[in-house]
Order: sequence, then structure tokens, then C-alpha cells
Amino acid sequence: MSVLSVVDARKMFGPVKALDGASLELREGELLGLLGPNGAGKTTLIRAIAGRVRLDAGEIRVFGQPVDGRRTPPELGIVPQEIALYPLMTARENLAVFGRLQGLTSAELGRQVDWALESTGLKDRANESIRQFSGGMRRRLNIACGVLHRPRIVLLDEPTVGVDPQSRDRIYDVLDDLRGRGVSLLLTTHHLEEAEARCSRTVIIDHGRAIAAGTLGELVEQTVGRFRLVTLRLDAAAGQAATAEIIRGARTIEGDPSDPRLLRARMRDVAIELPPLLERVRQVGRSVEDVEVKGPSLQSVFIHLTGRELRE
Amino acid sequence: MGTLLRIGWTNLKRDRVAQALTFLLPIVFFSIFASVFGQQSGDRTPRIRVAVVDEDRSELSRRVVEGLRKEDGLRLQTGTSAEPDSPSLDRQSAEKIVRTGDVPIAVVLPQGMGAAFAERGFAATEPKVQVLADPSDPIASNMVQGLLQKAVMTSAPDLMMAGGIKQFEKVGGALTAQQRQAVAQWLPQLQAGAARGDGAGSGPTMGLGIDVIDVMRSDDRRGSLISFYAAGIGVMFLLFSSVGGAGGALLDEAESGTLERLLSTNIGMGGVLVGKWLFLALVGVAQLTVMFLWGRLVFDLPLFQHIPGFLVMTVITAAAAAALGMVLATLARTRAQLSGFSTILILTMSALGGSMFPRFLMSESMQKVGLLTFNAWALDGYLKVFWRNAPLWQLWPQVLVLSTLTVMFLGTARVLARRWGG
Repeated sequence: MSVLSVVDARKMFGPVKALDGASLELREGELLGLLGPNGAGKTTLIRAIAGRVRLDAGEIRVFGQPVDGRRTPPELGIVPQEIALYPLMTARENLAVFGRLQGLTSAELGRQVDWALESTGLKDRANESIRQFSGGMRRRLNIACGVLHRPRIVLLDEPTVGVDPQSRDRIYDVLDDLRGRGVSLLLTTHHLEEAEARCSRTVIIDHGRAIAAGTLGELVEQTVGRFRLVTLRLDAAAGQAATAEIIRGARTIEGDPSDPRLLRARMRDVAIELPPLLERVRQVGRSVEDVEVKGPSLQSVFIHLTGRELRE
Repeated sequence: MGTLLRIGWTNLKRDRVAQALTFLLPIVFFSIFASVFGQQSGDRTPRIRVAVVDEDRSELSRRVVEGLRKEDGLRLQTGTSAEPDSPSLDRQSAEKIVRTGDVPIAVVLPQGMGAAFAERGFAATEPKVQVLADPSDPIASNMVQGLLQKAVMTSAPDLMMAGGIKQFEKVGGALTAQQRQAVAQWLPQLQAGAARGDGAGSGPTMGLGIDVIDVMRSDDRRGSLISFYAAGIGVMFLLFSSVGGAGGALLDEAESGTLERLLSTNIGMGGVLVGKWLFLALVGVAQLTVMFLWGRLVFDLPLFQHIPGFLVMTVITAAAAAALGMVLATLARTRAQLSGFSTILILTMSALGGSMFPRFLMSESMQKVGLLTFNAWALDGYLKVFWRNAPLWQLWPQVLVLSTLTVMFLGTARVLARRWGG
């Protein structure tokens, strides 16, 4: 069941097209990754869903109700990319002020603050000023402040940016806890590995458009197919004639314009297809310094879809 | 070294706020001080408004009034209003307009003055001319006393001489026929010199008896003057703290992301602005209260005698200052921009509006320009409360202007805050 839908969202900031027909769907209880390079439109899309940016065209619905761009629907919890906390306040005070602003009553507030401190692992530091907290602790508190009012959907903008792997795991523990309570999560990231490992589904966004959506398997099937990507690094550039000889008859082998020593090939069966390739390299007088074999990944999906690496 | 100079020059060239702080602000301040103390403004002489009551209606009093009227430094008011055919001022109405601050000083030429001079000439020091003064402007009082002496000497030397001869005859016996003839020939020359305005013939120093009366009848003049300075300095720093607080409330929160988080709650941008403004206004009230309490404890400022007026002016001033802070914070793109621009604005307003030196020291045109500033209205209100002991209702112009400014500032801040998507 869809809890959030975005259809053909368009938004211009002056001459810049921030959203150019983006569409996506968030299903109940899933963790949907919104993946794209910097400037792709992820944050604008999140702000539009949160009712903080009014679209020029298109429609956003939360539980079937249109979002008008004037106010944030109460079913939503927002976790901004910045550490949006008051640094002179303690963890408990931060939670209390944001909980109160979200409309919690005094009785609910005490209960929810205790729950948030418990689930973020900050109970022992509840009464310390957050200036003394590590980056990871602040990130967890940042999330907790956005979910105190028990939203049914939580939007997280780069929730793990700038934290170490251990803290990242703890953040995902918090998110898993929320999913266990039936909360649907939409998070933006430009960490491919994270999206691959943690998200139920991924939407790839580029230049303001969602260019693909699905599970990793679906995306691979739709794009690169079930190939292995084999990269050879030669001892020296092979030259045009030699390269032509190496890739002779094999349409899935190509050179890398940025580094003439590299050759890339897509292979369905590495055991059968790789030895003849190595033999042809030897025949033109070159040797192979390194061989890399990679299975299909979001990285390869992304490169296939956009023609470039994600972190450009 | 050349590279360092180039970096500095490029940064200065592209930072308009830094350029304004470096070059414009000193020029603005120099011009204000030069206008006030060097009298280099459009009207070269700061004219003091003087109310004149002629109770004597003699030839002498008429000539004194005319003598004063010829003075470039004075602007005379003899009627109850500025209209030419308005009824003449009497002592009560003159005292009233001094007390209310419409004019800083009034001169009363008492009945019998002309007759006394006709009788006794130079020796006639009674009845005394009365100067009804508001001591908050000591310059006006001293200047008018000097000009009164000059007016008598230059406008009516013949009358004084005639009276003096009479006095001489009483003591030294009657003049001879030849002496009388000589005096009779000299008196028209004196009168003609007076008419020309060059004071010909006035040689010896002669004294006009003058009584200066403090119409404010302040029991504690020092304390009341201190309240003026407390308000002046207090309002200037109130503006600084309001702008700084508003910058922290909006620009810092926008940068840290807490503003975005606040705006995603039910409170909305309108609620955020009102909440921030209210807090700043309360801090401003506390700031001014602490300042005046300190004045009370250390400098005997008469705070407790003026609590209602103090509260009215403090609340309305703090509210308007906080609203101005909100406008500047929503206008500025960065903290640095806010800091630079507000420093220029606040220092200029404080100089023109009387926070640095009283506005009555300024020329009339400068005083009018000063009314465009926030400080002038606030300080006029405090002056009414602590100096003129004005009843609360007389604060209505200040309350009206400052509350209108508050509403306008808040409305402007709301429009400018749309850039944060609220």
C-alpha cells in the first residue's frame, strides 16, 4: 500500500530546474532510498514532500491527501541534513522543546522523551549539553527530535553524513526500530553501499528526475543485466591497433577514455570468457597488471543510467 | 607581499559592507558632528525658539522685543500660536509652552520696566526681566540672557541715557542750560544709532536685571538629567542587542537548520517571528529596567517617582526596537552583512536621534531630520516622563509613532521572511 506518492513534481529556482518531473512512491513500512549526486534535487524533493516548498507543477499525496506546500502534514516527521539542535541545551531539553512544538501533551512528552533517549542510547547523557556530544550522538538525537510525535512517515535528509561506520550502524538500528513500529522511511543518500545494504528499494534521481526505481535486483535487471563487470589494467597503453585486436569480435569490451591502460568487459560467465581475453592481451605484447571482477551493483546501475560516477 | 595586498584589495573591493564601514560611516559621523557643533548645516545658525511676553507695553519693551527679533540666533514667538494674528502670550501660557517643551525658553518683560528705565536709566535693575527656562537646555538660557542685555543696549540707549540724566540730576543737581542743550542734541543720535542697529553710543556697561526661573521646578535636577542620559545610552544599546538577538534568532537558526525544523511544526513562520519578537522585546524591557535601576542605585535617578511613564515608554520602545531587529535580520543574507549594516544604521540613528548628544543642541533642520529616527521618538518620550513630569496621556504621540513603527516593522519582516519558504 502506498503511503506517499509524488507524481511529476516540477520546481524552478530562478533559471535552475531543481525538479523536472520527479515521481516516486513510498510503500507502507519500507525504507526507500533516494539516491543521487549532489544537486540532483533530493533535498528539494524532501522539502516539497514536507510542505516546505511549493511545487510549480505536479502532485504530492500523503495517505491520499494532497500536500499544499503551506504546512507540513502531521503524519510526517522531518530529519534535516543539518544538526538542527540548540547547542546550549541538553539532550532532554532539545527533545522537550521540539516535542512540545510538535503538539505533544505534557504526559505524552515525558513518555516520548524517555523512549527517544532509550532508543538512541543517550539515556546516560540526557542532561548534558549537546556541545559535549560526538557527531554520531548528535545525529541520533537529530533523528529522535524529528520522530517524537510518532509520525507514520519519516523523511531523512542524509542522516548518516559525516559519521563513522559504528555510529552509522547505530543510526540504522534506530531506523530499524522505527520500521519495526510500522513507520515508513524515505531517506536521501549518496552512499551507494548504504542504499544497497539497507534500503528495501531505491529511487535514483538525477537532474531533478527519478530515472529508475526498484529493488537492487530489479534495477540490475532493468539496466546492466546479470553481468559481471571485469576491469583489466595493462602494463602500458595498448595503442589503437592492438586495442582493436583485443576487443575483436567482443561487443562488450571497451577501453576507458580517461585511462588508456584500462579495458572494461561485461561477462555473463567469467570462467569461460576471461581466459581468451587474457590470451589476446598477451598476443599483442602487453601483460595484465591487475584484474577486477565486480558483480552488479547500484554503482554499475548508476553509471549505466547516468554515464558517470555518483560522486561527481 | 604583493599577493597579500592583492588578496586584501580584492576582498575589500567585493565587500560593500566593509567599504561602507571603512569610508561611509566616518563621513556620516563627521558630517553629523560638524553640523551640530560646527554649524555647517544648511541653516548656518541654530535658532533658539523664544516666547516673549510683553507685560509692560512701553516704548522700551517694544524696542527690546524688536531688538530680539533682529537677532539671527533667535526665533521669537509672541502669540499663543505661530499664526500672526493669534492673541498675545501671557505669563501662564508662556510658562506652559516651556514646560511642555514647545520652546526651551520664555522672556517676560514685566510691567513698570519702561517707567523704571525712564526714571533711573542705567541704575534701573528693578523690576527684573524674567527668563522662564527649561534647564535641560542650558545653552538657550545663557544665550538669551546675553542677547537681552545686547537688545537693551543697542535698541534703547537714548531712553536709558534720558533716565540716567534724571537720576544724575537727583544726586548732582540740575544740569545747566548749556548741558541740557548738549544732551538734547546727543539723544537723537543715540536713537538713530539704535534704529540703524549698530548700537552707536553704547559705551558703558549697563546691567539689565534678569531673573532666571526654572519652570520645571525639578526637585532633583541632576537625577532627571541622568535619566535622559540613561535613556539615550539605553536605547542605543537596546538597538544593538535587539539586532544581535534577532540575527541569532533567525540567521543562526536558518544556518543550523533549527529554523527549518521549527517551520515544519504547526507554528509556521508568522508564529516563529512573533515568538522571537516577543522574546527580544521582553529582553529589551529587562535591559532598560536594569539600566534605570542601576541609575537609581548609583546616580539617584528618580525612577520610582515615574514608574507608570517609565513602563509605558520602556515597553513600547523595546517592542519597536525588537521589531526593527527582526526587519534587519530578515533583510540581511549573512551575519556579517547584518552586523555591518546595523552598525552603520544604529550609530547614525543614535547620533541624529539624540542618544549621543541632546537634540536641542542641533539646528532646527537637524532636529527635524532627527524625528525620522527611532531614537528621537523614544528619547522624547523619556524626556517627557522624567523631565517634564508629563501625565501619561501626553505620551500619545510617542506611543502612536513607536507602535505604528512596530507594526510596520513586523509586517515588513514577515514579507522578507518569505525567502525561508514560510
